[in-house]
Amino acid sequence: MAEIPQASVSQHRHGGSIGQPLTRRDGLLKVTGQARYAADNHPPGMQHAVLAVSSIARGRVTFLDVAAAKAHPGVIEVMTPANRPPLALDPDAKMDPFMFRLDLLQNDRVRYAGQPIAVVIAETLEAATEAAALLSPRYEAEPARIGLDGNDSFIPPVVGPGYPPEVRHGDVEAGLAAAEHRIEAIYETPAQYHNAMEPHAIVATWDDDRLSADTPSQGLAWAQQRIAGLFGIPPENILIRSPFLGGGFGSKGMISGPQVLGILAARLVGRPVKLVLRREQMYGPVGHRAPTRQTLRLGADRQGALTAIHHHVRTATSSFDDFFEPCGQVSHTLYASPAIATTAEAVRLDTGTPTFMRAPGEASGSIALESAIEEMAQAIGMDPLEFRLRNYAEVEPISGKPFSSKALRECYAQGAASFRWQERPLAPRQMRDENGLLVGWGVGTATFPAIMFQGQARAVLRRDGTGLVELGAQDMGQGAWTALAQIAADGLGLELERLEFRAGSSDLPDAGIAGGSSHTATAGVAIHNAGADVIAKLAELAMSDQRSPLFGANNAGVLARGGRLIRRDDESRSDSYADILARAGVAEIEGRGSAAGDPAAQNAYAMHAHGAVFAEVKVEPELGQIRATRLVGAFAAGTIINPRLVRSQYYGGMIWGVSFALHERAELDPRSGRVMNANLAEYHVPVN
Amino acid sequence: MSLPITLTINGVRRTIGLDDPRVTLLDLLRERLDLTGTKKGCDRGQCGACTVLLDGRRINSCLALAASLDGAEVLTIEGLARGDELHPVQAAFIAHDAFQCGFCTPGQIMSAVGLIQEGEAGDDPERVREGMSGNLCRCGAYRGITEAVLEAQRSLSQVDRKEAA
Repeated sequence: MAEIPQASVSQHRHGGSIGQPLTRRDGLLKVTGQARYAADNHPPGMQHAVLAVSSIARGRVTFLDVAAAKAHPGVIEVMTPANRPPLALDPDAKMDPFMFRLDLLQNDRVRYAGQPIAVVIAETLEAATEAAALLSPRYEAEPARIGLDGNDSFIPPVVGPGYPPEVRHGDVEAGLAAAEHRIEAIYETPAQYHNAMEPHAIVATWDDDRLSADTPSQGLAWAQQRIAGLFGIPPENILIRSPFLGGGFGSKGMISGPQVLGILAARLVGRPVKLVLRREQMYGPVGHRAPTRQTLRLGADRQGALTAIHHHVRTATSSFDDFFEPCGQVSHTLYASPAIATTAEAVRLDTGTPTFMRAPGEASGSIALESAIEEMAQAIGMDPLEFRLRNYAEVEPISGKPFSSKALRECYAQGAASFRWQERPLAPRQMRDENGLLVGWGVGTATFPAIMFQGQARAVLRRDGTGLVELGAQDMGQGAWTALAQIAADGLGLELERLEFRAGSSDLPDAGIAGGSSHTATAGVAIHNAGADVIAKLAELAMSDQRSPLFGANNAGVLARGGRLIRRDDESRSDSYADILARAGVAEIEGRGSAAGDPAAQNAYAMHAHGAVFAEVKVEPELGQIRATRLVGAFAAGTIINPRLVRSQYYGGMIWGVSFALHERAELDPRSGRVMNANLAEYHVPVN
Repeated sequence: MSLPITLTINGVRRTIGLDDPRVTLLDLLRERLDLTGTKKGCDRGQCGACTVLLDGRRINSCLALAASLDGAEVLTIEGLARGDELHPVQAAFIAHDAFQCGFCTPGQIMSAVGLIQEGEAGDDPERVREGMSGNLCRCGAYRGITEAVLEAQRSLSQVDRKEAA
């Protein structure tokens, strides 16, 4: 997509763009309703597709009243396994852990409630919606296997994106036996659903064997490859536009079955098709965070030093695919202990396949580990913050690697000071407010690995002194349109106003996935390197040009700033980009950059971001009603590109923490296997 | 079949031949009138993404049947700014970073405009939060939303005072 119109920036900037608290460059579009999300597109001749989904969790579809649906005025076609266009790849094929099996009407099997079983295509949304209801499916149902005890467990081959299911360091049993204090505690976390405000949507248009699709994607290149494989067409025949995602949280990382069904529907009717999930249809085929039951066994000596940590998780995946919530990862990094073991088991259930959901493993794992730490501190009679500091990991406990950076101690200190933690009584139930509510203060630790994917970017400097940077970056709300443009401006040594920044489209260089808290790092490094490539070429032109003030500056070198190259050793000598290019008779200079994790650095260091969150909670003693009344967070997450955007991310993350602890849980009916609260009134998310 | 209704949308009076009595105001705006700024998040009045002003009152447009609104006045996010000049609520949403993904934003802004017109919230953040609690933001930008509503309310009441003087 082309440059976006932007709001006037009220801040005055001095020097570089990186680090400035700029307002969002996509703000003007978003507050005026002009930001175009996938479902806002309406190509000529577009038809509306609506899913019909299964009301049973396991069995077969034995009948669909296709005739009744087709007889409804405005209905063009009903897509079922009988007439679904052919695919080049079995949707159940799985070539790598990131290739999720999809339900694309390959047969009459039902493997979870809410699974698509037909697609109605009609001239209007109203006709398609009503006709989908007229299909009145009949089933041959089998008992649904629901809940963490709903099936026999097994040890998964890997957890998360490929971590080992078992890690053992030292002798946990010996550590527990030698401990002065021991606790064993079981924590259950429920199934949770991403519930981005924007339902998954696609507007798909075929032109012979070329596809263009407007659909939200956290990973444009992955989506393009996946569609290419399924349809047997070259990736370059597929154009995906995703300038704005209405939230993702992991659910738009891999392309989902319903999005591909929209593409198939367009194929079937030979016209553009829009397919948008209804809210209740987002509780099946587009992933969720699996439920867990975590058993924590901790041992500590008389002085409060941990002697052993055993973190066991029982989790669930679908009957037909693998994704195992990697809860144990946090126990590998958070606390020093001579013995650490993490183990996993899983059951197969008749639900949709779980997937990555905001901090997969870290969110669910840390709520258990940190609760156990709290219980141990209480068992010892130690302040829980002091207990954490007593067991502070100076190096990564299992690997022994130093941390590339770790300012968790400072996070604890600043957070505690701001929260007035020192006023906290040691014993529980000691504080009441003026209304008689019980007041509790707690602390929790945040940790997340610093991940890099592979990414590329392209940068151009033009003779008029403007620049262009482009890459297929994705903005799901974290602020890529702003933060990456700031990096791009600095990379080219330009004022942000002179930069054209393009992103959000699959025909641009692959910027890697917007997930794993990696996108700013990955895309940002690629952008920086593309800018450096341009500047190196430009400097070469200037330094070899006798007419340039920079002639012969090779040894001293130059720096790029404000649209000029400047001698490092004498800042009074400089040359403008426009003049350098004009004298050389060059219209523009192009540069390329790429990014990837550095294996040498990854071998040498453990890389994580850290934080500490302090909470005040009030509880009505008679009714048990809970109010979270105060939250303080302190975070250390490396170079901050834009403090305004990052503050919003921290607030959002803390609010998701409140939500995890107090609000959201999917309730599954053990008889039908259906999610009973598949809507935003009964699946509780935080409100203002 | 065509049901003729007249709506004044963003100040423009329009006669609309409604092709289907089942059409909601939201789907009329989004699918028939190319006013896609108003968003559909749940289609059952639970998320507030589809909030518009109907005869000056904020409503969930997903729960309003278009056929029942003959003669009504509708204000959507597209009709809020005066040319290039943003409405104070829009400007405050940018200044206070009151959104991330932006999908709930049109509904939040229309709800805020309605809340300020209702004049019930005053300058109490708790009452602003309560008054905005029908508009979900999954990104959790609530702090910025509350600050933006309070600031917009202050600047609008200053305008009122100037106009009264």
